[in-house]
Amino acid sequence: MSVDKQTVAKIASLARIEMGDAELERMVPELNNILDWVDQLGEVDTSGVEPMTAVMPIAQRLRADEVDADPLTGGGVRDKVLANAPAAEHGFFGVPKVIE
Amino acid sequence: MSTSTYRIQGATGEWEVVIGLEVHAQVSSKAKLFSGANTEFGAEPNTQVSLVDAAMPGMLPVPNRECIRQAVRTGMAIEAQINAWSRFDRKNYFYADLPQGYQISQLYHPIVGEGKLLIEADEKAGIPEDKWIGIERIHVEQDAGKLMHDQHPTMSYVDLNRSGVALMEIVSMADMRSPAEAGAYVRKLRSILRYVGSCDGNMEQGSMRADVNVSVRKPGEELGTRTETKNVNSVRFVMAVIEGEARRQVDLIEDGGTVVQETRLYDPDKGETRSMRSKEDAHDYRYFPDPDLLPIELDDAFLSECRESLPELPDAKRERYMGELGMNAYNAAQLTAEVETFARFETLLAETASALGKPESKVATQVANWTLSVAPGVVKMLGDEANLEYATSAAQAAILKMVDASEVSGGQSKEIYEIVLKTGRDPAEIAETEGLKQVSDDGAIEAEIDTILAANADKVEQYKAGKDKLFGFFVGQTMKAMQGKANPQVVNELLKAKLG
Amino acid sequence: MSELTNLGVREIRDGVASGEFTAREVASQFNAAVEAAAALNTFIITTPDKALEAANATDAARAAGKPLGKMGGVPIGMKDLFCTHGTQTTAASHILEGFVPQYESTVSANLWNAGAGMLGKLNLDQFAMGSSNETSFFGPAKSPWRKEGSNMALTAGGSSGGSSSAVAARLCPAATGTDTGGSIRQPAAVTGIVGIKPTYGRCSRWGVVAFASSLDQAGPMARSVEDCAIMLGAMAGYDPKDSTSLDMPVPDWEAALDADLKGKKVGIPREYRMDGTPQDILDSWKQGEEWLKDAGAEIVEISLPHTKYALPAYYIIAPAEASSNLARYDGVRYGLRDLPDGSGLQDMYAATRADGFGDEVKRRILIGTYVLSAGFYDAYYTQAQKIRTLVAQDFEKAWAQCDVILAPTTPNAAFGLGEMQSDPLAMYLNDVFAVPASLAGLPAMSVPAGLNSDGLPLGLQIVGKPFDEQGVLNAGLAIEQRAGFTARAEKWW
Repeated sequence: MSVDKQTVAKIASLARIEMGDAELERMVPELNNILDWVDQLGEVDTSGVEPMTAVMPIAQRLRADEVDADPLTGGGVRDKVLANAPAAEHGFFGVPKVIE
Repeated sequence: MSTSTYRIQGATGEWEVVIGLEVHAQVSSKAKLFSGANTEFGAEPNTQVSLVDAAMPGMLPVPNRECIRQAVRTGMAIEAQINAWSRFDRKNYFYADLPQGYQISQLYHPIVGEGKLLIEADEKAGIPEDKWIGIERIHVEQDAGKLMHDQHPTMSYVDLNRSGVALMEIVSMADMRSPAEAGAYVRKLRSILRYVGSCDGNMEQGSMRADVNVSVRKPGEELGTRTETKNVNSVRFVMAVIEGEARRQVDLIEDGGTVVQETRLYDPDKGETRSMRSKEDAHDYRYFPDPDLLPIELDDAFLSECRESLPELPDAKRERYMGELGMNAYNAAQLTAEVETFARFETLLAETASALGKPESKVATQVANWTLSVAPGVVKMLGDEANLEYATSAAQAAILKMVDASEVSGGQSKEIYEIVLKTGRDPAEIAETEGLKQVSDDGAIEAEIDTILAANADKVEQYKAGKDKLFGFFVGQTMKAMQGKANPQVVNELLKAKLG
Repeated sequence: MSELTNLGVREIRDGVASGEFTAREVASQFNAAVEAAAALNTFIITTPDKALEAANATDAARAAGKPLGKMGGVPIGMKDLFCTHGTQTTAASHILEGFVPQYESTVSANLWNAGAGMLGKLNLDQFAMGSSNETSFFGPAKSPWRKEGSNMALTAGGSSGGSSSAVAARLCPAATGTDTGGSIRQPAAVTGIVGIKPTYGRCSRWGVVAFASSLDQAGPMARSVEDCAIMLGAMAGYDPKDSTSLDMPVPDWEAALDADLKGKKVGIPREYRMDGTPQDILDSWKQGEEWLKDAGAEIVEISLPHTKYALPAYYIIAPAEASSNLARYDGVRYGLRDLPDGSGLQDMYAATRADGFGDEVKRRILIGTYVLSAGFYDAYYTQAQKIRTLVAQDFEKAWAQCDVILAPTTPNAAFGLGEMQSDPLAMYLNDVFAVPASLAGLPAMSVPAGLNSDGLPLGLQIVGKPFDEQGVLNAGLAIEQRAGFTARAEKWW
């Protein structure tokens, strides 16, 4: 499978990465080189093979329903949450106005 | 399956409406689905946000056992298949209320598979008979944060307090055929969730909201194209959306247009839906298993605890009330609809039965009438004057006991309850000191009857000559003379004996 | 005072504990070495005060007669992928430039609790995506090594190239690395040091900037097997904050080090003899076989039939996970925000991410986005995960025949900076020997084997069974003792 410029533009838009024409043009062969190469995976007969779900044979642990038991994963840390915000006002993050 | 008679009248004939609902129910848990932040409603912005919820670099999710448990219990309550092996997937899209850039949800392996829910016949609402609505699945996912648009001229504000709160998405099959059925479905689902305790069902606070899928077709024809109206937060609105959207689609098709599959938004002020074109661009969520999480494997101990901790559910309870307790269908339905109602009823029933030394089945009707009509009537009449702390089951049982023993009349029981709610005084003491007891003393009543019969000898003659209707006159006169406090049964019996 | 910067982890720890020198003296000398080595571009930022602070604490603890930690008095370099509380963490990207975490990663916290101190944040390939350090927004770390008779700047490998360069140049006795598809082993090999990626789940991923969650594993990089064993012991451990963390006790790897391999079987995978592999790599591999035989092991040939497909499968799985993991860098809550005049939210995302990510990161995000997109998911992602299962099964079958596997770490020695940049695919092939163990989550280590004809280091790789870091370390020790690798880069910086 290979991609054309239009497809790359669509992927870039899905990934929210702005790309100019020149960059898109440049990306097309680069991505196709990689995609051509990974196409060899199609040679492998994987019928009856389960896709890997967990690399180590362990099941998910479940957490107890406790509030702020560990400060590293609990709330009440607004200062820390907002500390690096490019725009924060009145305890909120600010983003360009969204029209819904 | 019964067919609803609900039809949209169009210029080209009758149209049938096909409805499916995706209900998002907030799981009742103290902490969020993947972090320890609080889930309480109404906190200051971003104060219930952990580093995990804010998607700081390197933060990782660990699932909350209670959220998984409540989803499983909910699945069991709708007789659904429980998937002992499930896993979380990422749904990728960019939005300011979605810090990770993906929502952790379950697409490929939801925790709950197919189930069903019964909506009861309601002739008046246009539901001719009981109907099962299929439920396709329940999966667990993260809620998003909240955007506020009107606080700043050029910025929207982001509050992540809700971000990461656990939701159950309960997806129905497209089995509903009228707004009434959809309304009944949401009400019943809400009732089950509240019985189970997996969601508080508070629609105003957004604990439950529905995405409403609507399409129309000529009866018997292929399914039409559906639209999805997002985040509808009351039963009334769900029904209004269906009515409005079905009408819009019929008009559109009959005018030669076609329905586009799209996301719409309901405007409760205008009572109409509008297209959300902003969210339409290139939906491609690129779901894939969340590599930060492992498959969830539920063992037998977990599953049996879920099953054993389930309470008696609405349908079973209703059946029991009608069977064991000999209640009529209406009362049974009324009493079992809400958790608070049946809880009140069952406590009072137990207390009354024990006070009377009778089996519950013998007093159920009396307690049901009291719970559904007498007591709420008094509370309503008193309004602010009523102190509901005094509405103890002990006090109410004491009143019911006096009624049962014919010590007080129905009217007197209301008056006594009024005083109880205002003052908290003891019902028996009230009956005694306020003169709210009926006289069952044969002698006193007999004396009054004798006086009345003597004073109305002509009427006695007429009665004896066959004018039966006059019996009521004598009863009325006697009651009047007794100032309403005579036991009507005793009055009847004595009058009958004296008049022959 | 003799040059303390020549000492390794154990020597420093023991010297401080015995009072031979103070932790402060150690930290000061390393701080000075770091400061003098700006030409290597190994550190994104240096934190000399942090190193001194930790050293003072160790010296004070010793003076008070308190027990010292496993890494007491040892200053280390921290790969700038680990979030460090109050210290900028960038993942070598522009998008995280200036980001100051308000939390400490579990692994770095474990190290500080063990008495280690931080000399600074080490350079890496941007978001750990690369094999040469050239994708760093801050320019590549350079290897202290040079080809005989050449001044050409060489790669220190990647992505943990700042770590490998700093350890090889003796700017720190040890450093943290992370390995997603070879990012510890490949840089260790090309700079002549030791690096081990433990079993997936041994080290917590909490607080480590994620690249590909199902593959990322932290590990130590140092100049001896013993030092790696000590440091891994300090880094590893169960962390309830990471769902994929292994809930198992951490063995005392240092105490159980044993180079006697009698009764052990070493597998030589025939599929690793790939066409075009340079003779010096094959020779060093053969030499490794001899050393292990000499240590008492029996050599058996094994087959890992799906080896060929491991690398392409990796280049679907890792970018797919990365495309999603990197979605959080959107200019809303931290890091760069690029808000062109009059632009809306979605424009802000696109501009911020265009400006904040480098080419290789963009390339991988696009590949990842594409392979997960509607219609392609099964053909690419599901197929790759099935092949991952087959790769893991190959190893499982091999364990019936052997205890550890010996292979080259890399298909070549260090290359010149700029030599491979124009061809992403050629760059990816650097990890051809490293990736299979990553896909299977297995512990794997690179140990120096000697120098090639250009005078550049080559590494040998040992892959072990799940949870058997000890077996890997012991085989590595046997090689280390026999290789007698003492060569060091001549100081030019």
